[in-house]
Amino acid sequence: MAASEDIPARAAAAARPRRLRISGRTLANHAILILGAVFLCAPLWIAFMSSTHSAETLYREGLQFWFGDSMLETYGAVMFDTGGVTKNTTALTMLGNSMVLGLGFAIGKIVISMTAAYAIVYFRFRLATPFFWVIFLTLLLPLEVRIVPSYEVVASLGLLNSYTGLIVPLIASATGTFFFRQFYKSVPDELLEAARLDGAGPLRFFLDILVPLSRTMVAAIFIIMFVVGWNQYLWPIIMTTDDQLYTIVIGIKQVYQVLAEGGELPQYQEAFALTILAILPPVLVVLFFQRWFIKGLLESEK
Amino acid sequence: MKRAQFGHSPIPYLFVGPQLAIIVVFFLWPAGQAVYQSFLLQDAFGLSTRFVWFRNYEDTILNTVWLESAGFTLLFSALVSFFSIAVALLLAVRANEVIHAANAYKTLLIWAYAVAPPVAGLIGGLMFNPFIGDLYHLFNAAGWDFNHTRDGFDASFMVILIAVWKQVSINFIFFLAGLQGIPASVQEAARLDCRSDERRFWTITFPLLAPTSFFLLVINVTYAFFETFGIIDVTTRGGPGGATNTLVYKVYTDGFLGADLGGSSAQSVILLLMVLGLTVLQFRFIERKVHY
Repeated sequence: MAASEDIPARAAAAARPRRLRISGRTLANHAILILGAVFLCAPLWIAFMSSTHSAETLYREGLQFWFGDSMLETYGAVMFDTGGVTKNTTALTMLGNSMVLGLGFAIGKIVISMTAAYAIVYFRFRLATPFFWVIFLTLLLPLEVRIVPSYEVVASLGLLNSYTGLIVPLIASATGTFFFRQFYKSVPDELLEAARLDGAGPLRFFLDILVPLSRTMVAAIFIIMFVVGWNQYLWPIIMTTDDQLYTIVIGIKQVYQVLAEGGELPQYQEAFALTILAILPPVLVVLFFQRWFIKGLLESEK
Repeated sequence: MKRAQFGHSPIPYLFVGPQLAIIVVFFLWPAGQAVYQSFLLQDAFGLSTRFVWFRNYEDTILNTVWLESAGFTLLFSALVSFFSIAVALLLAVRANEVIHAANAYKTLLIWAYAVAPPVAGLIGGLMFNPFIGDLYHLFNAAGWDFNHTRDGFDASFMVILIAVWKQVSINFIFFLAGLQGIPASVQEAARLDCRSDERRFWTITFPLLAPTSFFLLVINVTYAFFETFGIIDVTTRGGPGGATNTLVYKVYTDGFLGADLGGSSAQSVILLLMVLGLTVLQFRFIERKVHY
């Protein structure tokens, strides 16, 4: 890594007069990038700083740009106490539910699409093509265009206010299946031939060869799906009415309602604290696994 | 198709089974219901339903509220897509050129992908809050009589700004990948032939990025249609006076809060046709990925 970064630096040093000539452009590049970074990061910074001040300060002086002194108090109240902007639940419970949704969505989607793609790519069976088209159809039916009947179906199955009802309807869409289908197709045929010579059956081949081979793909997709699952909004607000099952993103809607009700001094600092708590886990995952995240995003969206 | 495959056995059915079962129960059945309900009319008390053919569709399309909502949705999608793509392209081109701090810029520009739309909406809404929001005061101090709770234009401005903010990151990632995919030899040759940075961008780089741009256009329009629901739900709620009521938000309010099942279903089916159009476009242009 260090060696490859050295080369442009050395080239630039060798072409010193040329570098002087283009320095206007370089300056403009940095100015534009800094402006862009400020545009994206300033709201988060202000939200974080404002969450560390008291409601009175925010009401009197407006948004804040530097640390205040009630950070522990505010975050403690949001995390562990009911009442305030979290009403009958706490941010801790909501974070737990979000974690279940994020992990359940990611794992469920990966398992379901890996197995389905395996069947479609590696087996000759009569219904393969119709099955593929049925899976393809789901791409055309985003949840938003079938919310009312989906709600009725889940209600009639008695799955309202359950993790199953929350997760399962979200995981069937075809994107993951397409992704793994594409990947399996790029796996050399010789692998299967060799495995069969060694006497491996379909299950054995899948578990011992294909799954280990897909490891990096799975990791990349997992990062994306975790973030997508964590950020689900429309489906959770429709099907959870029990506040013990609220995810932190639904908590955001509740905060909005509490603030809109008005009444006494609105607890803006708690609202900001909750947004920070809702943002932090997925952002950390994306930044920490940046390389896998970008790979997964580029491959899965196409 | 693979040359080497397993022969006939029940195993493939077991492997596709879970996905198919979920699709049938949670996709095909509700979608069928949506289409069926869109042909039904319920009386005011929900006591009887009649089959009315395309009456709900007619009522939807001829309704001025729906037309205004459709108009807003189209304008909103166009503006959100244009600005988030343009800003991301500018940033990606610059980020691709810099040598110093390139990774720091990249990190600072991509994280917003992970922010959920309603979270972006709440933060943005608080920035514009009449009591504590600095942007609200800034605009008013600058002479713009800004009030998003009363003025439709101001509300649209706010929602568009938040939606663009949330969407720049993903566009940036794709443009940067596209730029890095342009072979070094092509860039070298272009640099020899054309000194002007700006001309080189419009004649070489931009055309080479066309597939990425087109793909992103589809992604962005889909985002503006559907995912901005979360932003609108915690900022304007379609108001004031329906000025920011997107089609998806209207399906939700009519179906869940208004309990107008037939009308809401007809609107869903119309939306579905719009998505269908988009998806067909998408696959025509990136069909190299689908070989069936």
